[in-house]
Amino acid sequence: MEQRRIERAERGGVTVRLPAEEQALLLGLAGELRAGLDAAPGDPSLRRLFPPAYDDERDEQAYRELAAAELLDGRRHALDLLARTVGQEHLDATEADAWLRALNDLRLALGTRLDVREDSLLDRLDPDDPAASGLAVYAYLSWLQEQLVEALSPVA
Amino acid sequence: MPIPCQPCDGELGARRASEDAGRRVRHNQLVSTIVAPGEVQVEQPRSVEDLERDRPWIVIVWNDPINLMSYVTLVFQKLFGYSKAKATQLMLQVHNEGKAVVSSGTREKAEYDVSRLHAHGLWATMRQD
Repeated sequence: MEQRRIERAERGGVTVRLPAEEQALLLGLAGELRAGLDAAPGDPSLRRLFPPAYDDERDEQAYRELAAAELLDGRRHALDLLARTVGQEHLDATEADAWLRALNDLRLALGTRLDVREDSLLDRLDPDDPAASGLAVYAYLSWLQEQLVEALSPVA
Repeated sequence: MPIPCQPCDGELGARRASEDAGRRVRHNQLVSTIVAPGEVQVEQPRSVEDLERDRPWIVIVWNDPINLMSYVTLVFQKLFGYSKAKATQLMLQVHNEGKAVVSSGTREKAEYDVSRLHAHGLWATMRQD
């Protein structure tokens, strides 16, 4: 059985054990999404990161004007913090929260690009599928995220 | 002088509130132009407008195939302080029925909640109930 990478730390926050190659993978993915957000936050592959709040077009435009910059900044900040702390063995609550949001954004961006439609994505891991390597990365991110969620979830 | 934004999340609500005030003024001006000259101007039925405005807004989270069920539950607990049981029940409603109302209140509160849900990657929208 695969060794867990993330667990709740007794002193608060979480402990992390990431092999070097997984650190490099996360660093690469975070850098890629960061560059995408800087270059073209309105790109269709990133649309899932910025869903509409209103049906009404004028209300929606007003919401965008108010919220878009703040949402974009929050995403950049979380990705940067993930990149800066990717080699740490312990994350405090703030760092762990940034990982939570950054990992989710990576999954949203990759999942949109791969057109993930159902939860049981492992059914689709056909070695001849051109999307297979992307789906494997997506599955890895989901596995990591699940551990982080478990470590951070209040019990009651 | 700009109001310091502490915490920054409050900015949205405050700006929205001033926008709403602007809209009300415009609406009242519109109403007053249809009153014929010389006619006794009765108190405009402000209450209708106020009732309209006071109808609560609801925040809806929609099902999506990417967000993990456990993650959605955690976000509900974290943002709204819901118990694990309540957060799980709402998450399951989203998953099984396609959507769930997760919070409600004034327009400002709903917009604040939607923006926090968006910051966490959830597919949230709002509308007046």
